Amino acid sequence: MPDPHPPFCPPPLIIREALLCPPGGEIKPCDIFLREGIIAAVGPARSIDVPSEIQTLSATGLYLFPSFIDAHVHLREPGHEYKEDIASGLGAAAHGGFGTVLAMANTKPCNDAASVTRFMRERAELSWPHGPRLLPVGALTVGLAGTTLSPMGELARAGCVAFSNDGVPVANTEIFRRGMEYAAQWGKIVIDHCEDPFLTMDAHMNEGNMSGRLGVKGHPSVAEALHVARDILLAEYLDLPVHLAHISCRQSVELLWFARRKGIKVTAETCPHYLFLDETALDGYNANAKINPPLRSAEDVTALRKALANGLFDMLATDHAPHAAHEKEDTLDAAPSGVIGLETAVPLTFALVRDKEISLSAFLELWHYGPARVFHLPCVNFSPGDSADIFLFDPDQEWTVSRETLRSKSLNTPFLNSVMRGRVVAHWLGGHRVV
Amino acid sequence: MIHTKWRHKDLLDTDDLAPDEVTLLLDTAREFQEINTRPVKKVPTLRGKGVVLFFAENSTRTKTSFDVAGKRLSADTFALSKSGSSIAKGESLKDTALTLQAMAPDIIVIRHSSSGAARFLADRLSCSVVNAGDGWHAHPTQALLDAYTLREYWQGDMGGKSLLIVGDITHSRVARSNIHLLNLLGLSVRVHGPRTLLPLDIHNWPVAVYSNLDEAVAGVDAVMCLRLQLERQQAGLLPDLAEYATFFCVTKRHMAMAAPGAPLLHPGPINRGLEIASDLADAPESRILDQVTAGVALRMAVLFTLGMRNEP
Repeated sequence: MPDPHPPFCPPPLIIREALLCPPGGEIKPCDIFLREGIIAAVGPARSIDVPSEIQTLSATGLYLFPSFIDAHVHLREPGHEYKEDIASGLGAAAHGGFGTVLAMANTKPCNDAASVTRFMRERAELSWPHGPRLLPVGALTVGLAGTTLSPMGELARAGCVAFSNDGVPVANTEIFRRGMEYAAQWGKIVIDHCEDPFLTMDAHMNEGNMSGRLGVKGHPSVAEALHVARDILLAEYLDLPVHLAHISCRQSVELLWFARRKGIKVTAETCPHYLFLDETALDGYNANAKINPPLRSAEDVTALRKALANGLFDMLATDHAPHAAHEKEDTLDAAPSGVIGLETAVPLTFALVRDKEISLSAFLELWHYGPARVFHLPCVNFSPGDSADIFLFDPDQEWTVSRETLRSKSLNTPFLNSVMRGRVVAHWLGGHRVV
Repeated sequence: MIHTKWRHKDLLDTDDLAPDEVTLLLDTAREFQEINTRPVKKVPTLRGKGVVLFFAENSTRTKTSFDVAGKRLSADTFALSKSGSSIAKGESLKDTALTLQAMAPDIIVIRHSSSGAARFLADRLSCSVVNAGDGWHAHPTQALLDAYTLREYWQGDMGGKSLLIVGDITHSRVARSNIHLLNLLGLSVRVHGPRTLLPLDIHNWPVAVYSNLDEAVAGVDAVMCLRLQLERQQAGLLPDLAEYATFFCVTKRHMAMAAPGAPLLHPGPINRGLEIASDLADAPESRILDQVTAGVALRMAVLFTLGMRNEP
């Protein structure tokens, strides 16, 4: 007689009284039964009877969320493993509540060849066999140089789920247009890092009161908005979708509302740091707050928060961008741009739910259903048969962001040493417990 | 206030200073100015103290001024420049700082092309750090010597006076430090320059912005010209230098429209015929050489104040 639970099949588990919010439903305490890697049954608290030998987990007071999807991370492998590697980056994802991450192409070599795509996927499967899943984003142009389209057919066949020149904006609009068209050939969407590079040359922070005071060259918000406008108009003209990464300013929000009203196929994300920090975080030349696009003015933060509450954004993303301590410990102009975010994103943004700025279902839309829809990924509806990709979140557990608490190799976050409220306490992927 | 009660480890910018602290520095500079007129221009005050002159950006005037100031106080001054040093070999600023610290200086004077570099050092070192110019950010000893020059010229009567700064404000650490300090001392500050060389947020600064030089200079009590860095034109911020001279060069005609006897300042080195008319540079209203003389006394005051702050 065969073993009913071979080693590759996780043992069954019943989670009792977790707070669950199914799509279109209301939040209530539920039981959920996991078996053979899928959700076998969901029902009201204490309603599911299982044999007594089944492992039981009491989750009273904890939220049960579908594993989140982060559409924008930099895992630095291959080439910059001293900042992060795929194993450590996926560890940070698992502990942050993310079961799927879209990894950007600006590695070394960059992901403009199928061999790099396959390498990234193999590294992910070897280090975290049950997930989190790494979905590579292919380079839009060869070498991210913005001049020649990358072999997107081969990249898509190797597993790239989207294409982007993230980090190196495409200044040439003709190339960008052809990239959108050619990506569509393979059923893929282009993710754009919106920035007019001529307006931002040698800039290190937002152009505004703080840059004026610190004597630092400023990155004007209009540099982002110009390319947001460009992409919206191209999307309408070509009748093709485009996804806009890490939106950071008021003008972009206003343009996106225009696109929404016109029914143009533009989707967009913003990041937790743009919702909770403004340019004053750069005071004292704090390189851990140096990001591209930069932290903007208080007025921009207000506009983003309002847009988020009104449902403008399709998703949130972290733009997790690790850098080694010695790189960030330098003058502001010498330090590289980027902050890590995988492990702080969920506690930070859950505060918006706690403070009733957004509903719990909007929160789940932003971190799971939205990105699943835009990138055509499976989602967890809490229906029997769904993959058991779920995590438990304790909304009140407090912890301090530090070397001891973070899984990422790097510590470049403006939230270093601050206290987070809310933490992932357990995480299953395909029914396997990864946290 | 006395020097042993000085509360600042470092001098990074003028916005750290309270009015009575500025007064103490200027009064101290006045005493040292007297030493500089003696036949033997040296006192033993800082004997045994080490002052490192760490100039990671080219400078002759400021570096020499600090060197002379240190030597006249009998401090041992050590110069470290960028070319030929470990910085040119790719050493990070943090490691340069730690290396300097290990040599146990009492004061490090730093000039660096990155805004915030002086603060970066000050945050990591236990010795005093004096900012001798960091990027576009601050140049506090220049602002203090400018204030000293004006105070001497006006025989102590600073309050209610007005001063016009003409030129490239965006990229000027001299302008930033002066705007803080002159406001602190009760002056009203006017600025004028091409729109491409004014910060976007200038309307939030404590200055009055003028779009026309004739209007800007009318009735003003003092004028400060800023050096135009020639690379601003190459960066596309200006059409050409001749056009700049036509519209933004301060001339004798402009000084005639200012308040009678208004002095002209310039942090140097000057571009004759570009931001300042050649004959004006040589005219009596030009106090440029007074500024240089004041620079030594003022820097003596700064080194003395920081060097003595922990003395019993």
